[in-house]
Amino acid sequence: MPVVSMTVNGKAVSADVDPRTLLVQYLRENLRLTGTHVGCDTSQCGACVVHVNGAAIKSCTALAVALEGANVTTIEGLAQGGKLHPMQEAFRENHGLQCGFCTPGMIMSAVDIVNRKGNKLEEKLIREELEGNICRCTGYHNIVKAISAGAEAMGG
Amino acid sequence: MSMSGIGAPVRRKEDFRFITGKGHYTDDINRPGQAHAVFLRSPHAHATINRIDASAALKMPGVLAVFTGDDLAADKVGGLICGWMIHSKDGSPMKAGAHPALAQGKVRYVGDHVAVVIADTYAQAREAAEKIVVDYTVLPAVTDMNAAVKPGAPVVHDVASDNTVYNWHLGDKAATDAAFAKAKHVTKLDIVNNRLVPNAMEPRAAVGDYDFGADSFTLYTTSQNPHVARLVLSAFIGIAPEHKLRVIAPDVGGGFGSKIFIYAEETVCVWASKKVGRPVKWTADRTEAFLADAHGRDHITHAELALDDKGKILGLRVNTKANLGAYLSTFSSSVPTYLYAPLLSGQYDIPAIYAEVDGIYTTTAPVDAYRGAGRPEATFVVERLMEVAAREIGVDPAQFRKKNFVTKFPHQTPVIMCYDAGDYNASLEKALEMADYKNVGKRKRESAKKGLLRGVGISAYIEACGIAPSAAVGSLGAGVGLWESAEVRVNPIGTVEILTGSHSHGQGHETTFAQLVSSRLGVPIDNVSIVHGDTDKVQMGMGTYGSRSGAVGMSAIVKALDKIEAKAKKVAAYVLEASDADIEFKDGKFSVKGTDKSVDFPSVALQAYIAHKFNGQDLEPGLKESAFWDPTNFTFPAGVHICELEIDPQTGVTRIDRWTAVDDFGEIINPMIVEGQVHGGIAQGIGQALCEGAVYNKDGQLLTASYMDYTMPRADDVPSYNVGMTQTRCPSNPLGIKGCGEAGAIAAPPAVVNALTDALGHENVPMPATPHAVWRAAQSTIAKQAAE
Amino acid sequence: MYPFTYHQPENARKAATVAGKLEDAKFLAGGMTLLPTMKQRLASPANLVDLAKCDDLRGIEVAARSVTIGAMTRHVDVANSKELQEAIPALADLAGMIGDPAVRNRGTIGGSLANNDPAADYPAAALALGATIVTNKRKIEAEQYFTGLFETALEDGEVITKVVFPIPAKAGYEKFRNPASRYAIVGVFVAKKGSEVRVAVTGAGSSGVFRATKIEAALTAKFSSKSLEGVKMPAEGLNSDIHADAEYRAHLITVMAKRATDKAK
Repeated sequence: MPVVSMTVNGKAVSADVDPRTLLVQYLRENLRLTGTHVGCDTSQCGACVVHVNGAAIKSCTALAVALEGANVTTIEGLAQGGKLHPMQEAFRENHGLQCGFCTPGMIMSAVDIVNRKGNKLEEKLIREELEGNICRCTGYHNIVKAISAGAEAMGG
Repeated sequence: MSMSGIGAPVRRKEDFRFITGKGHYTDDINRPGQAHAVFLRSPHAHATINRIDASAALKMPGVLAVFTGDDLAADKVGGLICGWMIHSKDGSPMKAGAHPALAQGKVRYVGDHVAVVIADTYAQAREAAEKIVVDYTVLPAVTDMNAAVKPGAPVVHDVASDNTVYNWHLGDKAATDAAFAKAKHVTKLDIVNNRLVPNAMEPRAAVGDYDFGADSFTLYTTSQNPHVARLVLSAFIGIAPEHKLRVIAPDVGGGFGSKIFIYAEETVCVWASKKVGRPVKWTADRTEAFLADAHGRDHITHAELALDDKGKILGLRVNTKANLGAYLSTFSSSVPTYLYAPLLSGQYDIPAIYAEVDGIYTTTAPVDAYRGAGRPEATFVVERLMEVAAREIGVDPAQFRKKNFVTKFPHQTPVIMCYDAGDYNASLEKALEMADYKNVGKRKRESAKKGLLRGVGISAYIEACGIAPSAAVGSLGAGVGLWESAEVRVNPIGTVEILTGSHSHGQGHETTFAQLVSSRLGVPIDNVSIVHGDTDKVQMGMGTYGSRSGAVGMSAIVKALDKIEAKAKKVAAYVLEASDADIEFKDGKFSVKGTDKSVDFPSVALQAYIAHKFNGQDLEPGLKESAFWDPTNFTFPAGVHICELEIDPQTGVTRIDRWTAVDDFGEIINPMIVEGQVHGGIAQGIGQALCEGAVYNKDGQLLTASYMDYTMPRADDVPSYNVGMTQTRCPSNPLGIKGCGEAGAIAAPPAVVNALTDALGHENVPMPATPHAVWRAAQSTIAKQAAE
Repeated sequence: MYPFTYHQPENARKAATVAGKLEDAKFLAGGMTLLPTMKQRLASPANLVDLAKCDDLRGIEVAARSVTIGAMTRHVDVANSKELQEAIPALADLAGMIGDPAVRNRGTIGGSLANNDPAADYPAAALALGATIVTNKRKIEAEQYFTGLFETALEDGEVITKVVFPIPAKAGYEKFRNPASRYAIVGVFVAKKGSEVRVAVTGAGSSGVFRATKIEAALTAKFSSKSLEGVKMPAEGLNSDIHADAEYRAHLITVMAKRATDKAK
């Protein structure tokens, strides 16, 4: 089995994996980073979104072996120095989560939206940009609010 | 109101672990030596199984075992049960076909459980499952209810040769017929309430773990009610007696009803862990969830409303066929009967109601409770009828509703329920105001200029929540009591643990329950922890569904807190050297009436445990109390939702422009969480109305078995919601709470369809009103406009 | 997934060589379709040749008369290319409408064209713009390239290296999304070059992307959405499924064509 090494949440990691191993399995099973979730089989729900080399991807649709040397950030790596990321804070402050299952993917997508679209986000844009993240609990209202607030907070 | 007390929008205590990826869901749990289960599912909707040959599968690498229904039978593992007995009109009991966890001789829907493979890894189990050879004789499928009851239709269960589980009824037929006989106007409607797939984002999962040393089982599972799961697995399925079975439901990623039920997979995992001598884990993929989670709704209804010449309702007649799928799921029989027909009075004073419901078997996935469970179906019938009746007699739909509202409480309806409190006019008035209802006409004209059709729809819903008084539901056929239990453990330093039989899978109990305890005992909210979801820790519980955790679960906590206060007062009396009758408790302090002598709660807790100030024979040491709360009535949340939308007749795309919700949930512990519950419910209701529908083809194949074909509402499918409240206190529980978990899903579908039909100018649009369906419906609208 | 052997060559030539030597090899581009298909065990290549490290397959070059896009260029890079937004804004626009943001961060133009999903977006652009699909072996005109549902003119071991799009005078793309999957139920790409108007339709045809000659004729007469008033597309040969029947798709083709024409620049 090939050895796959990458940097996950700032730490160098390495594991022997079957080539079939998806990034999400590598994270959850090899590294025990279980914050990244699997909610569907068709790359649509977005519960598995992580950042690879700074961009949001669906970790259920990427082979770990293909990401040799990549820099991966998961929900566990978002808070820095014991301090929550502003987007995490915004989700809590705005009640942007209920059961919490879609939340890691939502937050990772939200940070990616801000990275691409800036700190002032219109509601319509946020809703369109969330096309790849499904939530069953919140009706999206407070997620949209949280992302808008989190985007502003990320601007400092 | 303090910052963390009752009524404050306290930020959730549970959020930290979820936003940092540190939640613990069932699939995050791995037990040492764990093996993996994969279920071989039926590819056919209906077939007899002649032979299962697992010999090739057993030779595959890593395979530990392959089990079939015969193995379960040999171990005397019982079938899955339906825990609510419904009797037909003629008094005969419902016809419940056997429901083995793994098929015995026959499969009855695509996804039915044929065998399980247990292997070292998931991949090995999956590969081996493909090597099992099953010899089927395929039988004709029947997915349509009308077809199922025709003579000669394929028979799903021999016990029900006409595929009819029951012909049930409720209400006074003669009185209702008499009401229709004197009616001036009768509104008639044929309604299809579409089948939905619950789709909690966390798929179901289970880890069964048998401890040989202790001869006991542990089941980690995605459950809304771990104690109920233990009860059923023990008393009915016979896995192990209750004291030898621990069920743990850790963080659960949404339920919406689908995780109430005791399914085949969880049953097999826990049983198999002893058979193979290793923990056995199973996690559903999304397609398995589509195929085998209990579905929701699926009614065909004909309804008639009788009016007098002044527009007052005289009577309501309803005939419903409810698709129960291939087997009776845990509570399925109750959903289209006692959770449905008793709500047909809506918010209205209706002198006579008669409802008939036929429960039908088809070769489809079992149907059971899904957010709202029966009440959305009832509300859809009533609120569509109200809207159409108003249009037919040419009265404003809001005024028509007002005219018929119940205004005096308590109000006994003709269909069991006694509404205890409410102010339906207040909610309607407030909603009309918030929705700027009076200017809808202007906005319609503006839309028309852009070639768009605008419509507005009202839904005035009522639900029966806080289920339920045990004796009452027992008299209606329930196999269980629907009380709730709680335990309050005060630690010696004054921190508090609450053990509750309610289960939170998104509802925020760790926060709201702590708010209650904090304000009651005067301890900081951070000093209160909520324990749930573990049958070894929590004494007993009936779980979370039917919007019952506030009204029933918290009431049990209040009852236990009453006992804590009474006991603590006795301790305080010793400490303060006063008579316990003179002790007052306020803001976390015990004081002697009329003096400045006082002691705080943590000090009393400590004294209760060190027991130096009193004689242990006079007063038991310690400060821990438990309680069971059995409600005295259902609760009756009610409100008005108004949907305003625009249709693009060129494409059929519907865009919801405004959503107004005004709800009366009684007392509210945390408005932030309550509003969140409303938002989520509305989105599910909009999903039912515009997006979601499970579709089986005539061969019984589920065409909507993934997110490629089943339309989940996404962020750009729904609007922001304008949510307001009115308040009448619920008189039947100590907190005055009515419950809020299902309101949105109940209220929303008729609001959307009433708005669509208003925009279209006719009543013929189905749910889900997809762009395709709306485009079709808009053709006659366009033709009519062109003719004018 | 079924087991496979993984290969990661570092340029296109090596990729073709590796694939040529192997039994049952499949190229992996962004993986947005292939991996889900393999996960559902609907595809089971014995060898997977990942093109991710083939940097020579990436990049966008804008020349006077054409734009060349490397096969491994991701949708996000096509959507965000300033040069492309100037040269063929409709193509950048189309790339920005594919899937969702996370999908656009992985999916590639070459992968999309090689897979030829009947509901994918790029085939409409390739056909309407008269693109040339360049492989390690040859150049294939779009007209000859798309041969049916998930079928292309590509042979075993043949890998797309780049796609050359002639720059039109005006072009526009509009799609009607499947409400569930968000793939195209109907996607219409209109392109005007000189006096010629080409209109390609994806999502609707029962044998994949096709040219809507009736709409082309109407727009050739005058390139305006008004020219399409009353143009009714035939429903024959169009897909019917639970989301849209053929009649609805036929209707949507005209509506999307109008909107694409209005957007064209």
